[in-house]
Amino acid sequence: MDLATLLPFLVNVIVGGLVLGFVYAIIALGYTMVYGVLQLINFAHSEVFVTGAVVGFEVFRVLAPNPMNGYLKLLIALLAAMLISGGLNVLIERLAYRPLRNAPKLVPLITAIGVSLILQDVLRVIEGFQGRFDLTYTLPDEFGAKFCAAGTGCGGVGDFLRTIGVDLQVKDVILIVVALISLTVLNYVVNRTRLGKAIRAVAQDRVTAGLMGIDSNLMISATFLIGGALGGISGVLYGMKVGTLNAYSGFEPGLVAFTAAVLGGIGSIPGAVLGGLLIGVIQKLVSVMSVLGEVVGSENLKTIDDSYSKMGAFVVLVLILIFKPTGLLGKSNTEKV
Amino acid sequence: MTAVNPTAPKRALPAPDRTFLLVLFFVVTSAVLLASHNQDVLNSSAGGFLRNPILEAVVVSLFLANVLFAYLWRAAPWAKALVGLGSLLFVLPLAGRADTSLLDLSIQIMIFAALALGLNIVVGLAGLLDLGYVAFFAVGAYTWGVFASPRFAELLKFANENPGAAGGPTLLLGVITMLAGLCLYVWFQRRQFDTRAAWIITVALSASLFAWFWIGRSIFTLGEQLWSPTVLWLIFVPLIIYLVSLAVKHQRGAEVRSDLIGLSRMLSALGGVVGLILVIRAINLFIASRAAGLESGIDPNFFWLFLALSVMAAAIVGVLIGLPVLKLKGDYLAIITLGLGEVIRVLANNLDLYTAGSQGITPIKSAAVPWFNSVAGFLGFTEDQHYLLFLYVLVLVVVALILLVNVRLDRSRIGRAWIAIRDDEVAAQAMGVPLVQTKLIAFATGASFAGVMGMIFAAKQTFISPESFNLFQSIGVLSMVILGGMGSFPGVILGATVVTLLNLRILPGLGEASANVAWIPQQVNPGQLQRLVFGAILVAIMLLRPEGLLPNKRRVLELHHDENQEDDSAEGNAGALGTGQSLGETGDVYSPGKAPANENDRSGGAK
Repeated sequence: MDLATLLPFLVNVIVGGLVLGFVYAIIALGYTMVYGVLQLINFAHSEVFVTGAVVGFEVFRVLAPNPMNGYLKLLIALLAAMLISGGLNVLIERLAYRPLRNAPKLVPLITAIGVSLILQDVLRVIEGFQGRFDLTYTLPDEFGAKFCAAGTGCGGVGDFLRTIGVDLQVKDVILIVVALISLTVLNYVVNRTRLGKAIRAVAQDRVTAGLMGIDSNLMISATFLIGGALGGISGVLYGMKVGTLNAYSGFEPGLVAFTAAVLGGIGSIPGAVLGGLLIGVIQKLVSVMSVLGEVVGSENLKTIDDSYSKMGAFVVLVLILIFKPTGLLGKSNTEKV
Repeated sequence: MTAVNPTAPKRALPAPDRTFLLVLFFVVTSAVLLASHNQDVLNSSAGGFLRNPILEAVVVSLFLANVLFAYLWRAAPWAKALVGLGSLLFVLPLAGRADTSLLDLSIQIMIFAALALGLNIVVGLAGLLDLGYVAFFAVGAYTWGVFASPRFAELLKFANENPGAAGGPTLLLGVITMLAGLCLYVWFQRRQFDTRAAWIITVALSASLFAWFWIGRSIFTLGEQLWSPTVLWLIFVPLIIYLVSLAVKHQRGAEVRSDLIGLSRMLSALGGVVGLILVIRAINLFIASRAAGLESGIDPNFFWLFLALSVMAAAIVGVLIGLPVLKLKGDYLAIITLGLGEVIRVLANNLDLYTAGSQGITPIKSAAVPWFNSVAGFLGFTEDQHYLLFLYVLVLVVVALILLVNVRLDRSRIGRAWIAIRDDEVAAQAMGVPLVQTKLIAFATGASFAGVMGMIFAAKQTFISPESFNLFQSIGVLSMVILGGMGSFPGVILGATVVTLLNLRILPGLGEASANVAWIPQQVNPGQLQRLVFGAILVAIMLLRPEGLLPNKRRVLELHHDENQEDDSAEGNAGALGTGQSLGETGDVYSPGKAPANENDRSGGAK
């Protein structure tokens, strides 16, 4: 491989990483919202996200014989996943976290782990009754097509993409668009509405917010609802991107997404997005290291394979946290004595 | 809040003497345990009933409850000693003779108890949330696993085929590097420098390290190609970036002296570790020619040496992981330790030469102790059970030692420093507690316990693979600590016992018993729902007893102190805290200054 082919290859890798990164970013937002309000690592979020993915799978499966427009199916899947995941998240908060509001911080952490174990088995049992374990997404045909294949024509964008050699599928584009829309909506809700203002107030100081007439429990429930809905969206997107999943497959993307949230500065919404995108690109880059090794001719690089990709994410995390302990966009708060 | 006169704390009623009950319970459960694991009884008509897995799990749990009751109940000291020692040293091994899975289970429980005790120091006492604890367990396991298995011969063969360097010079370089690194470390620890000196030293140290790498690279052509330019740059680019960023900070007027000294210390520690690795490599090269003779690993008598080495190895890894990350707090620390734990697992998975990758290492030998084996033979154990009994006794001794160390540490100056850091870092620092040093000691102590247990685990399983060291293990150990009660030694041991029993006996037993029940569909067979049941139990216990099963007394006091101060809101967990209520009644705390006075009064009154 020479430089002329290497460059488009690298561009493709980075674009692929960004697509993956958007999925991580939305999962990370679920973590970061809950963390911002309760200072709790919501370990159950990875299962909430898988629930969304399973709902999406079911919707696509049920609607598969229906000659409906593919985008309508996607919309139904997204709405159903948002509804169920959001409701589930609210339920989890009500049952497992709210009774422990005043307990030491580690106690809700353990219930979160407990809830995530419960959800894993519940999901497996529900799907198991229908004899399924590994769920394979059956997407509408048009989603698998190449974006802007020659002849279909999508204006200047397509030409531009073709010149720089980017190879995208329609579903990748959908993924990016859905992610961007949900980010915009979230940004609007948090920064521009009364609800967002109240949530931010509760995140800053629960007691004082209560004195100002804000029902903090309601706001926390709302946060969990939004976080769960984001989890549902990201679940469907993840299912579309990866194709196959099962009840236990939330663990790894959940972990990576949490890493992304911390990388960006946990509690910060733009931070979560930045962290997610970064981690996505880094993972992709690490997983093609062996190809690069062949190009550069380095034996060491050749031995780095896909299994190192998670490690790459963590190593970057460690380095960044050592140099900037609050994450990339996190604010450091001065210690009060 | 019930207002009670704070000056007249209610004395707790003395618990009734339960000596007779304790001994009776011990005798009955021991008899049942022995009977249900007796070959003759099992073969008789009642055998089928006794073999029922649920019943078996209940019997084992009840029997282990003996030890708990001996600890909890008020009874004559002789009865407590009799029950505790009798059940652990006599009844359990005896029952294990017929059913080795019982011995296996007890070893497993004690391994996890030791792990929980170690993590308890890190999380419970020092308040450092560590989600990658199992990494240290892995370090211990691989330390022994690599040497006591055919893997070692493979390694030597590789060194033979790709020597790269001669043993002598490598040894020399290694010893010099190690000594230089350690001396520098100690020197930096002791001396105070001004900023200019710190700059000069750090830059000189970085440069000499760089030069050392280049010289080493030109002297040795290593077979593994570990010293390639890629690795060099991977190490040095971040270092240079860090130095530059410090320089920029310094230009802006920030204080960078402590950062520089910290970096110098880290670099010299790195030098020490590099030297150590070189020494090990030299030894490796020296004995490479004897690879054929070590087909099945080293002499098992080295077990005792490695018991010490695994402690050291895990402690070193603990310090190495701790040094860069300990300035982080809370959840950042949690995620970074989680990440480093995963990094160690991925390394174990990918360094095929050393760890055999995902296939795992097998068979791993355990120590050869002829006299103990003859004792075991005399007691009626068959040949292949000898090593289990030996490991059982070994684990028992090690756990007792760890417990002793724990108790002594808890009462020592360092223990109080840990608790001070956990409660308020800034205040502790203001009182003169050296923050990094104290945290590092906590990390290294916790890690060393995990290391020694990892080694015993490897010897017991005779097989280790990266799968044994995944995040779930770390979370499992953490849940043991929190379930039992953070900071409380009997609590974490109880937590470890409960969790291990649940995972290894009770839940599989439930599954087995219900596997053939017609009206339970295969999908909801409890054997398949282990995660669900375990998760539900975790949640339930946390909701009902957020302080854990056997909470630390001091901690309960603190929690309630907080609650009284903040005025409990409607959904506070005051109603859920069964144990807390009696403490809450002992007196209202009106000012923070009063709490210690009350505490002193009470303990004075008890004497």
